Amino acid sequence: MDKQESLELYRQMVLIRRVEEEAAQLYQQGKIGGFLHLYIGQEAVSTGLVAARLPQDRVITAYRDHGVAINVGIPARQVLAELLGKATGISKGKGGSMHMADVNRNFWGGHAIVGAHLPIAAGLALGDQYQKSNGVTICMFGDGATNIGYFHEALNLSKVWNLPVLWVCENNLYGMGTTVERASAVSEIRQKAEGYCMPNERVDGMDVLVVRQAALDALAYIRDAGGPFLLEIVTYRYRGHSMGDPERYRKAEEVQKYQENDPIGIYRRYIIRDGIASDSELDGVDSAVEDDILDAIQFAESSPEPAPEELFSDIYADETAY
Amino acid sequence: MARITMREAVSQALWEEMERDPKVFILGEEVGVWGGTYAVTKGFYDHFGAERVRDTPIAEAAIIGAAIGAAMVGLRPVAELMTINFAFSAMDHIVNQAAKLRSMFGGQFAVPLVIRAVGGGGRQLGATHSQTPDAVFAHFPGLKVVAPGTPEDAKGLLKAAIRSDDPVLFVEHATLYQLRGDVPEADYTTPIGKSKVQREGRDVTIVTYSKMLELSLKAANLLSQDGIEVEIVDLRSLRPLDMAPVLESLKKTNRAVIVEEGWKSYGVGSEVMARIYEEAFDYVDAPIRRVAQMEVPLPYNRTLEQMALPQIEDIVKAVKEVL
Repeated sequence: MDKQESLELYRQMVLIRRVEEEAAQLYQQGKIGGFLHLYIGQEAVSTGLVAARLPQDRVITAYRDHGVAINVGIPARQVLAELLGKATGISKGKGGSMHMADVNRNFWGGHAIVGAHLPIAAGLALGDQYQKSNGVTICMFGDGATNIGYFHEALNLSKVWNLPVLWVCENNLYGMGTTVERASAVSEIRQKAEGYCMPNERVDGMDVLVVRQAALDALAYIRDAGGPFLLEIVTYRYRGHSMGDPERYRKAEEVQKYQENDPIGIYRRYIIRDGIASDSELDGVDSAVEDDILDAIQFAESSPEPAPEELFSDIYADETAY
Repeated sequence: MARITMREAVSQALWEEMERDPKVFILGEEVGVWGGTYAVTKGFYDHFGAERVRDTPIAEAAIIGAAIGAAMVGLRPVAELMTINFAFSAMDHIVNQAAKLRSMFGGQFAVPLVIRAVGGGGRQLGATHSQTPDAVFAHFPGLKVVAPGTPEDAKGLLKAAIRSDDPVLFVEHATLYQLRGDVPEADYTTPIGKSKVQREGRDVTIVTYSKMLELSLKAANLLSQDGIEVEIVDLRSLRPLDMAPVLESLKKTNRAVIVEEGWKSYGVGSEVMARIYEEAFDYVDAPIRRVAQMEVPLPYNRTLEQMALPQIEDIVKAVKEVL
């Protein structure tokens, strides 16, 4: 990576962190409805993955999707506007926190039913295989999704058909409030890939460079070998599962321990240690992100509500069907 | 016109659409090497190859999920569910994903997917393999649900479904595959969401679709011998539901019987009757009757199964009751 790329990864992680912090505030002010699942603590995962992809590589993820939205380049304005349910949101205010997507940036959503997007990801990859594209579909999901049937049907199908999919388990150690050990027969999720004869790796998700390199290697393997790969990325979310989480399942000290190993802090130290940029340059990135955030909030708050006729649009391609 | 079976009509529609558009492909259990468990795709594998006629594992969520994904990126998959009863294993993907992906992301995604599913009772397959749950799927906005009752409509509607940019559940009735009918020789489509008068009459309107069209036509012939002329409106599509021909017929006959194979409660007949009362109350001269399946899981025993399914004489009786 050159200096610009290195700093871009830093900028994206800081921007995700700040978007999420502001989202939490807006939620507490009652301006965001429904569920809100924050990505704070997991920024290095989506940032490293998306940094490793080529333009033809698709990304699809679960409901904790704001990070990917920022990484693929959706402006913070459209992310926050979607959270506020505004017409200017990336999904026109119809999807909300859990349903952000941007076809033009090869981002296929934001899916809220645990595990259900895995068979769909297999289908995206089937589309590429059928049309002889060398694109890979990067499909992210949580550790909790690996206990549901969809995961197993999708992994099996991807192996039987040699589909170009990078399966990425973001293992943040808890499915809602249930630890991996209490919900999964194997504690290392990557072991599940062994049952499908699928190559796999387990890496540290708090280090964006480790994630990026693992993704580059996996993507190269998939493009070369033509079959799927499972990457388990071990990470940690600092906030609750969603905003309504009483967090009775873990102690504050545990969260604090992980916060000392913060992905943004780790990466910032690398940049300085390796002489890529100075403290003041990084502070400059931080303040540019701050400007971006202020602009995005102002944009989202002042954006119009969807027009009433939007209720009946986008349901069918064939508008006479409604 | 050519006189062909329903099976041939479905098969021809698939074949011709695959010849027409290389983006159309088939996936499902035993659709390839086996030739389809109902022999609809016999010969396809040898002609179109394994890429376009894809045998899948027995994994319905993967079949429908993968078909959705492929449709989202521009292909036109036709996913076959060996029976509609297996759709429940893919329920999330049908009603929560295919039906919602377009609207939920503000119109960014299209899902030009066809799900072919074989349904219906009467073959002693027991409670889990004999259902007619069409109304369940028709409940969900975002899906189109089509269920033809003639070879001509089967071929035209399937072609329309494959060319549609929306997800379509295409329900075939297992005991209609041998039904013969005239089908145009030239390429044609039948519009989805248009009901059709299949028999004209002045006395009573029968509203029906799929297998029950066959029984209703037979009942109509019996009634005709008694001087009763029924008009039969075939819904053909359950969603979108085209009520206009139903209401038009009712305004002429002022009496209606609704015939469906599924259970009566919360069924197609419930919806059609409600719409008639909402939209044409003043034209109804007698309480509308519904002929439907008894409210039981279908038993294996042939006699008991037939007792539970609607019969021609049930339709005849209901028509006489509304006169």
